[in-house]
Amino acid sequence: MKDLSGWGRYPRLSGPLGMARDTGPAATATATLPGVIARGLGRSYGDAAIGRDNTIDATGLNRMQSFDPKTGILAVEAGVPLADIIDTFLPQGYFPCAVPGTRFVTVGGMIASDVHGKNQHIHGTFGDHVAWLMLALPDGRVMRCGPQENADLFKATIGGMGLTGTILSAGFRLKQVETGWIRQTTHVAASLGEAVQLLSQTANATYTVAWIDVLARGASLGRSLILEGAHATADDLPWGDVRFPPSTNGRLAVPMDMPGWLLNGMTVRAFNELYYRNGARKAGQTTTVPWDSYFFPLDGIAHWNRIYGRRGFVQHQCVIPEAKAESVVAGILERISRHGAGSFLAVLKRLAPGSGLMSFPMEGLTLALDIPFSEKLKPLLAEIDALVVDAGGRLYLAKDATQSPATFAAGYPNLDRFKTLRDEIGATGRMASKLSERLGL
Amino acid sequence: MTDTDRHNSPKSLLVVGGTSDIGRAVASTYAARGWQVTLAARDTEGAGRNADDIRTRTGAHQVAVQHLDILDTGSFEPFLDGLDALPDTVVCVVGMLGDQTRAQEDADHATTVMRTNFEGPALFLEMAAARFAARGHGLIVGVSSVAGDRGRASNYVYGAAKAGFSAYLSGLRNRLGKTDVHIATVKPGFVNTSMTADMDLIGPLTAEPEAVADRIAALETRPSDVVYVLRAWRLVMFIIRAIPEALFKKLSL
Repeated sequence: MKDLSGWGRYPRLSGPLGMARDTGPAATATATLPGVIARGLGRSYGDAAIGRDNTIDATGLNRMQSFDPKTGILAVEAGVPLADIIDTFLPQGYFPCAVPGTRFVTVGGMIASDVHGKNQHIHGTFGDHVAWLMLALPDGRVMRCGPQENADLFKATIGGMGLTGTILSAGFRLKQVETGWIRQTTHVAASLGEAVQLLSQTANATYTVAWIDVLARGASLGRSLILEGAHATADDLPWGDVRFPPSTNGRLAVPMDMPGWLLNGMTVRAFNELYYRNGARKAGQTTTVPWDSYFFPLDGIAHWNRIYGRRGFVQHQCVIPEAKAESVVAGILERISRHGAGSFLAVLKRLAPGSGLMSFPMEGLTLALDIPFSEKLKPLLAEIDALVVDAGGRLYLAKDATQSPATFAAGYPNLDRFKTLRDEIGATGRMASKLSERLGL
Repeated sequence: MTDTDRHNSPKSLLVVGGTSDIGRAVASTYAARGWQVTLAARDTEGAGRNADDIRTRTGAHQVAVQHLDILDTGSFEPFLDGLDALPDTVVCVVGMLGDQTRAQEDADHATTVMRTNFEGPALFLEMAAARFAARGHGLIVGVSSVAGDRGRASNYVYGAAKAGFSAYLSGLRNRLGKTDVHIATVKPGFVNTSMTADMDLIGPLTAEPEAVADRIAALETRPSDVVYVLRAWRLVMFIIRAIPEALFKKLSL
C-alpha cells in the first residue's frame, strides 16, 4: 500500500501501486486490473490519480521515441516528464506549445487533464497540439487515436482524466523559440474591474495572467498584478546572456510540514500585501526573465505543498462564462476574504473554449485559489460551487477534491456522450479513480 | 573526453546489458559526449527502445543494437569479430539478482544466477581484453557489486558470483597492468533501478543510475581500479569485512 494522495494532500488515500516499466505491461494491467487508473507524477491536486482499486505507476514509461525537426513533432512514452522535454529541447530552440504551472508532470497527465497555460486564450490547451496518441483499452486493444483517427475516442481522451483507458505514448508539436527568456511586463490593477479590463487589453500578448490578492477587501477587492509575457528574441537579450539558460530549481525546499497555524489571515495578508506592493513598484516596466521563473515559479521550492501543513489544502479552480464572470468572481472573492482562509495570491485568467469532450476551458474567466483544508471549509466551497453552477461555469477536474456530482454534471454538458462512449469501450466500472467514483461516473 | 573527441573520428562504446537501467544511463552519458554507442542485449526490442530514447534525447545518430545472450558463451567470439570496429571501451552491466531462497533449493536457478553474474561476463570481457591488448589500448569496466565483498545469508548465491567476477577482474587487471588496457571494477552499492524496485533502500547509500554512469564516464580521463560509486560504501564494506566470522554468522546483516 502506497500513499497516493494528490499534490494538495487532501483527501489522504493509499492503495496498491504497480510500476509499468514498458507499454506492453501497462496495456496488460489496463486490461486485467479492476477499478484501475494510471498515475504520473501525482501533481493533480485531489483524487484524480488514485485508482478505485488499483493504480498504475506510469513513470516507468519514460522513453522518448523520436523528434522530427521539420514538423516539430516529438513522440514520447506517456510517463516522460515535461521537465525532461524542456531540458532536452529548449537548448535546441524548441518549447512546448502549452505548459501548466509546474514542469513536474508527465505527458500522459497533461493530456488526461488537458492542461492549459498562460497562452491558452490564443494557443489553446496541450491537447490542441497532440497529433496522435496510443491508448490501451480495458478490452486489451491498443488504439491509435488522433484528430482524424478514432476521433471520438481521441476527443474523449483529451481531458478525459484517464477514464477512457491508459495513454501509452503520444506525439505532439513543439514550437520554435529563439531564446529561453521571457519579456515580462507588469501592470497593476487596483480593483477587480481594472484587472478584468487589463486582461482584455493584454489579450494579444502570447502570455497573460493575473496574480490576484484574494484577501483584499472593499474598494481593493480583486486588486491584481497582470503579468504579460512574450518569448524574447535573440535581439532582445543583452550581450553576454546565455540564450538558453538552464533551470535553476532545487535550491530551496520546504523541509517538513509547517504547523497548521502558520498560514492565518494575518500572515497571508501580510505576504500578499508585500507581494502586491513589490509588483506595483515595477508597474509598466518590462524585464527579461528566465523561462523557469516565468512559467514555473513554484518549482523552485521543492515540496511547497508542505507549507499548508499536515491537513493539506484544496485548490479550487473554476471558470465562469464571460457574461457573469466579473460579478461571480467578485462574489467568490468576497466569501473567501470574509472566511479569512489563508489563501496566497490566486490566479485569474481569461480562457478560450477547449476542444476535448471533457476539457475544462470555456470562454470566460478562470479563478484558481489555494485554501488550507479544514472541515469548516466544506460549506464555504459548497456555497462557492453554487455560484459557479448558477453562472453556468465548471470546476477543473485536475484540481478538484470536493465538488458534488450535481455540480459536476451541471458544468460538463458533454457528460452523457462521455458516459456513452465509456460504455461502448467497456470502460465503465473498469477504468475508475476515486474522482470518478465520487462524481458518479 | 574533451571537445576534440568530437572533431576526430568518434570513439565507440559497447554496453553489455543494454536493457538495464545502468546500461541505459551509461549509453546515454557517452552518446551525449559524442561517442558511438552499441547496446548489446538478449532483448533487442527493449534495447531498441533505449536506443530510440538516447537518440531523441542526445541527438546522437550512432546508437546501434546488437543481439547478445550472456549465457551463450559460444557466441562471444563471432559477436566480437562481427562488430564493425573494435570499441574503445566496453562496459559490462549484466546482472541478475535472482531469488536467494529459490537458489538454495533449485540448482538450475542457482546456476543461472552464477552464470549470468560471473561466467558470462568474465568470459566475454576476457575475449574483449585479448583484442584490446592486441590493439594496444582500451578500457574495460565490469560492474560488480558490494554484495561480492562478503558472503551474506540474504544473497550469497548472487554475492558469490559477484565475488568471483570481482576476483576475475582483479586478476585480469594485474595481468594487463603493464599495458595500456585498463580494467576497472565498479561497485555501485544500492542503485535505484528495476532490480531493486521491491527493496527498501537506505537513502544516503542509494545512487541514481545517472550517478553510476557519470562515475564510469569519468574513468575515461582518470582511470581507477576499484570504484565505489558512493564513497560511504567503501567504509560500510570495510566495517562489514572487518567483523570476525564467528560474530558475523550470529548477526543478520
